[in-house]
Order: sequence, then C-alpha cells, then structure tokens
Amino acid sequence: MTSLLLILVPSIAAALAAAWPDSRTRPWFLPGAGVIHCVLAWWLFCAPPTVEAGSWLGFDPLARAVLPVVSLLFLVCACYGVTYLRIRSERPNRIFITALLAVLGLLSAGLQARHLGLLWIFTEAVTLAAVPLLHFNGTPRAFEATWKYLLVGGTGIALSLLGSLCLGYASLYGGGDGQLTFMALMAQGGGLSRPWVLIAWVLLLVGYGTKMGLAPMHTCKPDAYGEAPVMVGAMLAGGVTSVAFTAILRVRAVVGAAGAGGVADHTLLAIGLFSILVAALFLLGTRDFKRMLAYSSVEHMGILTLGAALGRAGVAAALFHVWSNSLTKGALFLSAGNIRRAAGSQTMDAVRGMSVLTPRSAAIFVTGIFAVTACPPFGPFFSELKVLRAALETGHWAITAMFLGCLLLAFFGLSRVAFGIVDGRPHPAAKAGGTRFVETAGVIVPPLVLLALSLWLGLFTPRMVTEAWAAAVTQLYPN
Amino acid sequence: MERWAGINHQNLNLLIGLAIGLNLLALSTSRLPMLIRSMSAQGVILGVMPILMEPHADWRVLLVALATIGGKGLFIPGMLRRAMRAVRIDRELEPLIGFVPSLLLGAGGTIAAFALTPLLPLLAEHADSLLVPGALATVITGLILLIGRTEAVAQVCGYIILDNGIYLFGLLLIRAMPLMVEAGVLLDLTVGVFILGIIVDRIQRTFDSLDTRILTTLHE
Repeated sequence: MTSLLLILVPSIAAALAAAWPDSRTRPWFLPGAGVIHCVLAWWLFCAPPTVEAGSWLGFDPLARAVLPVVSLLFLVCACYGVTYLRIRSERPNRIFITALLAVLGLLSAGLQARHLGLLWIFTEAVTLAAVPLLHFNGTPRAFEATWKYLLVGGTGIALSLLGSLCLGYASLYGGGDGQLTFMALMAQGGGLSRPWVLIAWVLLLVGYGTKMGLAPMHTCKPDAYGEAPVMVGAMLAGGVTSVAFTAILRVRAVVGAAGAGGVADHTLLAIGLFSILVAALFLLGTRDFKRMLAYSSVEHMGILTLGAALGRAGVAAALFHVWSNSLTKGALFLSAGNIRRAAGSQTMDAVRGMSVLTPRSAAIFVTGIFAVTACPPFGPFFSELKVLRAALETGHWAITAMFLGCLLLAFFGLSRVAFGIVDGRPHPAAKAGGTRFVETAGVIVPPLVLLALSLWLGLFTPRMVTEAWAAAVTQLYPN
Repeated sequence: MERWAGINHQNLNLLIGLAIGLNLLALSTSRLPMLIRSMSAQGVILGVMPILMEPHADWRVLLVALATIGGKGLFIPGMLRRAMRAVRIDRELEPLIGFVPSLLLGAGGTIAAFALTPLLPLLAEHADSLLVPGALATVITGLILLIGRTEAVAQVCGYIILDNGIYLFGLLLIRAMPLMVEAGVLLDLTVGVFILGIIVDRIQRTFDSLDTRILTTLHE
C-alpha cells in the first residue's frame, strides 16, 4: 500500500500545484512532495514489503534497487528548483511544476511496473509529461529540442509498444493464458515462441534504448539536455533513463528465461560498447558544456548496458552505476546551470574564466567532471571498476580494452571543455552583462550535496544498498 | 455461426486490403489534405475491425472501436486540419524522399511484408488473415513518411500511420490480452501532443514555416 503512495503523493501534489493560485509560492510544492516521496522511498527501502507474485505494481527488489536514488535526486533537484524558479520568475511556472511532479509520480510507477503493458503505459506517459519541461524557456531553440525529442522519443515508444505486442504474441503462441506480468512471462520461459521473443527483444531494446539514449538512437538527447532547465536535464539523465534501463533489465530477464539470454547479452554488449564509443568521439568534438553532459550521459548509459550484458556480477555493477551516475550527473547538471546562468552562454567559445566569476560552481563542476570520469574516490570509480571486473571475470579481454580506451577519450573530451570554460580570463561581455549572478546557498548547496552523496556512495557503500542490488540480481536471474 | 465467422474473416481481409491501399495513396500524394483524408479513412477502417473480429463484442472491444474511430478518424484529423490552417501550408514541397521513390519503397515494403509473413510462426486462426502483413506494410509506410517528409504535419501523419500499423498488429491479441490493444489507443495521446506542439508554437509565432529542416540550430 505504501508503494502506491509513491505514485499518489506526487500526483496529488501535481494536481494541487496546478490549482494553486500564487506562482511565487508554487515552487514549494516541489521540495514538499520531494521530502514526502523521499521519506516513503527510503522507508520502503529499509523495510521492503512483500510483493505478490502476480501483482502488476509493486516495490519489488528491482524497484528497491533503483527508486531510492531517483527519489533522492528529485528531492535535491526540487530544492534547487525553488531558487531557480525564483530567478526565472518572469516565466510562468504552473505547467512546469505540475509536469515535473507528474514526472516524479510516473517515474515511481514505471520503476514499480511489473506488467509489460503497464510498464509501456508509464514510460509513454513520462515521455509526454516531460515535453512541457523541455519547452519551459519558450525559445525557438527550446521548440526545436522539444520537437526532436517528441519525434525521436515518440518513434521509440511506438517501437517499444510493437515489441511489447510481439512479446505478448510470443506468449500467446506458446499457449499462454494472457498473463503479461514479467513473472508470468518468465515462468512460461521456454514455452515462449523463440522467433517472436527475438523480434520482441530487438524492438524493445531499440524502443527503450531510445528512451535511455543509447547510440545510435541518442540523437535527441543532446538537444533536449542542452535546452532544458538544468534540473530537468538532471532528472532526465538520472530518472527517466533509469526507468528505461530497468525496463530493459526486466525484458532481458524474460528473454533469458526463454532461453535466448546469450543472444540478448551479445546485442547488449554491442550496443553498449557502440554507445560508449560514439559518446567518446562526440565528447572530443563538442564545444557546448550542456550538450557535453548529454554525451557523457550517453556514455554512461553505454556502461550500464555493458554491465547488463555481463551476467549477475555485471548487473549488480550496473545497478551500482545507476546510483553513482545519477548522483554525480545531477551535481554536474546543477553546477553547469549556475555557470550557464552567470555566463549567459553555454559554448566554450563564449565562456571562459568561470573560476573567477562563479568560483564555487566552477569548483563543483570540475570536481564533478573528475568524479564522472571515474577518478577515485567518487562513486563512478567504484561502479565502473566493478563493471570492469565483471568483464574480466567473464573473459571479455578485447571488450575491456576498448572500454578503457573509450573512457580515456571521454576523459580528454570532458576535461578539455571543463577547463576551457573554467580557466582563463572572463569574457568581457559576461562581466559587463547586466545583473550579476550571485552564488547563493540555494544554488550551491544542492549540487554540493549530490557530490557529497556520490563520494559517500564510493567510500562507504552501505551494506544495505549492496544487498538491495544483490536482491535485484536474484530477481532477474532466479536460478 | 461458422459461416458468419467466415464472412467476417473475408470482410476483415477486405478492410485490411483497403488500409494497405490507403498506405500507398498516402505515400504518393503531395497534398496535405489528401494525406490527412487517407489517414483518417484508415483510422475509421481500423476502428471497425475489432467489432468484426469479435461478434459478441463486450464493452471493452466497443470502447477500443469507439476510441479509434473517434480519435484516429475524427478528432486527430480535425486537429491536424486546424494546425495546417494555422501554418497556411497545404503541400509538401521538398520531401527528402520523393513521391515516386517513396511509393516504390512502400510497394516494395508491402511485397516484402507479404513475403516474410509465411516465415513467421502464427497461430492457426491468424495464418490466413492479412493482419500480420498488413501491419508490417503499414509500419513500413509510417516509417517512410516519418523519415522522408520534411513538413511537420506530414511527419505527424506518418507517425499516425506507424501507430495504425502497430494497432493492426495489436488486433491479433484482442481476445487474449485486450489491455495491450487498449494501451495502443494511448499512443494517440502522443499524436495529440505533437499537434498541440505545432498549434502552441504557431500561437507563439516563433517560426515562419513549419519546415522541420530549419530546425537545425542544434547540432555538433
């Protein structure tokens, strides 16, 4: 029952925010709902409820292994959002806040969906709810980003529906009784029609991969992340992608039960490595630091997919990486937002010397870059190390080498842009430009908290969290 | 009863044949009103199908039928016409894939769909139905329009035709898993958001034309 509250609380908050008359106090709905949601999520994390085998929705081990960090990320982004929306008080915020809260509710629902059709419905709804968030700035660039997001994301969700239907037909052909919960599909296992399972796997991987932002379906991601307000970028990179990733994990478990796990792992490995490679190459070329974060997200989605292909140890490492990536990427997005606001631009050509103009944000940004490129002792270092170990243990030497090579390239690309905007003398235009951006606690504490959480996760990975990941792996690989 | 089912089966195949014909019409026309008309006719045809397939229609099947006819057949085309008027464009001028090539591609895709279907394992009751090849052909048509057209309204039409193909495939499951077909109806919501996007943007007047090729500020 409490698990339903995770969906209901943000939904009710969204409805209230939509009806709230005063746009100056409306932003407080975000942290309000965030706090309740976070308390509930961690409550459930500490005392996991028993989920009935046939239930369509539930706080199962996989949801338990991902949802708390999404909730935490939302809470921090919500706190940042209060300050952000005060700075941007010239823009109407009713639709924005409503949509952001709806996204939280739908994310919680999507992570807990244990039914093929229900999962698709929530993923689609998240995609649609995010549209007004991308269009917040109302500029032609924002419209362009929104349009591309809709076109690419819409095609992705259409293909994942087709894949879900194919998986349904695989079950029907194998004599299934119409039960489409993942548990029932896994129980049917070898009874599923193999050709249909394979078709379904390809379509679902492409469909949910588009939501995750795997290359070559990543094309709308840089635009969307580049033009959206930063906390939206953080939620897309840390929340929406997690739902798509858990969807792929759930489907992968069914495909594995149907006896096609080897094929599935090969495709995951290929698409994961390809994403890392494409992201690394684009990182070397991009000059825009918000788009850079999007490519970095593509890279990390590749790492998650790579981990998912490497069996039990790999999936556990990937779930670890979901946590460390969400937290670290959140810190990067929020500090990048401060820099963007102070500099008035987001390309390397127009932004430099930010260590003078916004010393604190620049420090967080650079530390975040080191964290996200897997420098110890932050979370991503340990999670990527675990992915590497899983790759080596399964004997994938060549893949390990390619993976490390791409990580190095990504490091060059990221540090090139980061130091390009932080170092040097500030641009005269940025200095002269009207109202100066003040680094108040409201915009500095949230990214700092996320960075600290990433550090904490790396140094003192709590046993309970590790156990939650292990439980999720047991759910996905029952024997 | 047996005979009734047989006639229905034939009628169903006839309707799917019509839908495939409309695919080709949609691919060949440069005029947006024609494109919208063929798409909305396809929507109505698709909406009738579940009633034919399930003679003892319960309320869920009827709901799907009504939602499809209302959504794909009336509401969405109406909104698209409004969007088209707002944009003041009624022709696709410079498609990425020309009209003749896209027609040929579509025809080739349709033939391929028919050729591939016998290779797929199908339940006996679906083996001689045109649902699977029809669905594949329609999905291919939708993708060609989505990729090949540059005008936003035409792209939305392509998306709806893609959506129609998925719906056709979903009809295979209508007896066993009606929820999946109902979920498919929700895909229309996405279309609604698309069109809303066009209209909202028109109101804000940020663009002079809706040629999506000018949406190229964001790139590497």
